Amino acid sequence: MDHNSYSDSYIRGILNTVKTIAMVGASEKENRPSYFAFKYLLERGYKMIPVNPGQAGHTMLGQRIYARLADIAEPVDMVDIFRASKYALPIVQEALTLKPRPQVIWMQLGVRSNEAAALAEANGLKVVMNRCPKIEYGRLSSEIAWLGVNTRTLSSKRAPIGGVQRMSLNRTSAPGGVTAAADRVQREERDR
Amino acid sequence: MTERIPGFSTLAIHAGAQPDPTTGARATPIYQTTSFVFESVDHAASLFGLQTFGNIYTRIGNPTNAVLEERIAALEGGTAGLVVATGHAAQVIVFHCLMQPGDELVASKKLYGGSINQFNHAFKNFNWNVVWADPEDISSFERAISPKTKAIFTESIANPGGVITDMEAVAQIARRAGVPYIVDNTLATPYLCKPIDHGADIVVHSLTKFLGGHGNSMGGAIVDAGTFNWSREKRYPMLSEPRPEYHGVVMHETFGNFGFAMACRMLALRDIGAALSPFNAFLILTGIETLPLRMQKHCDNALAVAQWIAQHPKIAWVSYPGLPGDRYHSLAKKYCPNGAGAVFTFGLKGGYEAGVKLVSNVQLFSHLANIGDTRSLIIHPASTTHRQLTDAQKIQAGAGPDVVRLSIGIEDKDDIIADLEQALAD
Repeated sequence: MDHNSYSDSYIRGILNTVKTIAMVGASEKENRPSYFAFKYLLERGYKMIPVNPGQAGHTMLGQRIYARLADIAEPVDMVDIFRASKYALPIVQEALTLKPRPQVIWMQLGVRSNEAAALAEANGLKVVMNRCPKIEYGRLSSEIAWLGVNTRTLSSKRAPIGGVQRMSLNRTSAPGGVTAAADRVQREERDR
Repeated sequence: MTERIPGFSTLAIHAGAQPDPTTGARATPIYQTTSFVFESVDHAASLFGLQTFGNIYTRIGNPTNAVLEERIAALEGGTAGLVVATGHAAQVIVFHCLMQPGDELVASKKLYGGSINQFNHAFKNFNWNVVWADPEDISSFERAISPKTKAIFTESIANPGGVITDMEAVAQIARRAGVPYIVDNTLATPYLCKPIDHGADIVVHSLTKFLGGHGNSMGGAIVDAGTFNWSREKRYPMLSEPRPEYHGVVMHETFGNFGFAMACRMLALRDIGAALSPFNAFLILTGIETLPLRMQKHCDNALAVAQWIAQHPKIAWVSYPGLPGDRYHSLAKKYCPNGAGAVFTFGLKGGYEAGVKLVSNVQLFSHLANIGDTRSLIIHPASTTHRQLTDAQKIQAGAGPDVVRLSIGIEDKDDIIADLEQALAD
């Protein structure tokens, strides 16, 4: 699996399949990027479960915050890691103890761990690194284009509507404009 | 399987524009509305808090304008775009996000005269100070850098034409200084040159010129390359510090490699107000669909006209980098291999009077102050745009008494040449 570039169909497939997402590192502080992503995915219909030991027992956007993945009583389809890269491996190790196991390990924008990815993949899990599921949802549904963002997709098909100012992930699209310079800088920063 | 990457002409037509999700309209609808209803109080709160994607008010964003933003970002290879009322507005918005009072920008002194005015006068009122550098001496950019420098600014092909900036050399200086490199790509358009491929961090445009291309709509654009790390040295508080306008959100941390475009929209355009009309966005979008065809024809015509002018007995000199032997010819071949643009200057042996006579005699060329129209345009700067300057200042600005500027259109080249021939014959 090439973790430098994912096909749109791979990402779309994951976002279309998972229903319950545990976000490790979700913060109840409403100016934090994790809060933004959590709220957006919750509004898009995912069952969102926040995991944050420092805020355990609190409620965030109506969802109880858990101290650790193991405390969650229901099956989790995807673990979204919103922590520094060095924590990714222990979080994957913890995720692999869940029964049933999650199907996807997603590491947030800026989070990468080849070790964590290899362990998850060896156990049959799908892995995404260094991406934000909110941005990917917005990109593949084309909602993010309302902010002038290059979705890197093209489509000649009418996109299905998800509601007022809501677009659906189930949109037919082909690859569009590339962002080679930004991608190169991202690789250089990772390798530094 | 590697996914197929579409070519430039395909992006010029399709990027950003899918059939309208409600009606199926294939052309981009003109959303001529000031405002957009909220689904609920919660939805409004998410929009105002930047927690969801959507439209609030056309001063901040509009679905027609958004198609244009994505189109330009895709053509330039950037992560995101923002369109605004004019190219001048784009520059105010970019520097509003970068500069604090007392800060400096280093700019090429070979710029569009309007930008020279803006930097020298309007920016001075904000206590943003410009330090001029010379694109013919790249080391002058390095010498102009100080601890107060926040950006370097050049044009790709400099207006009034003739100068091609060695962007890769300037980008290296910006990289070493830890400041973003901003390129105005108006004269080249991304069809001829993509500054982001040569190290630019931010690209600005006057859409009024070749991108719109038909002389009917003002517009400006900003493209975020997604390449600058705003958080590394925290010298750009609009990007790296919690913003009080948005409950302490940090733009770069939250929006990553399109954080600069978001800051331009949500911090600058929102408060400065130079929004683009959706109707103008529609006209400019329609123009961009034919950009590759038009731009090639502009360049082919310009080369033919420059070659013809160069051998005319009443002409003293021609400054067009597309001509072999021109001092910028090798830079033009490197940065603009498909053509050196369609705006250039030449000098008349007869000086000021000959310039006045030429603009009076033309019948096909339009005597006006714009460039980048389907129509061929002519201006004699010494008697018009630069008439208030002293002769010494005119020469310094490349607008000496003998200078005439052309913007070559996409008419038949023989007709363009015939008009110049009859106008010069008198």
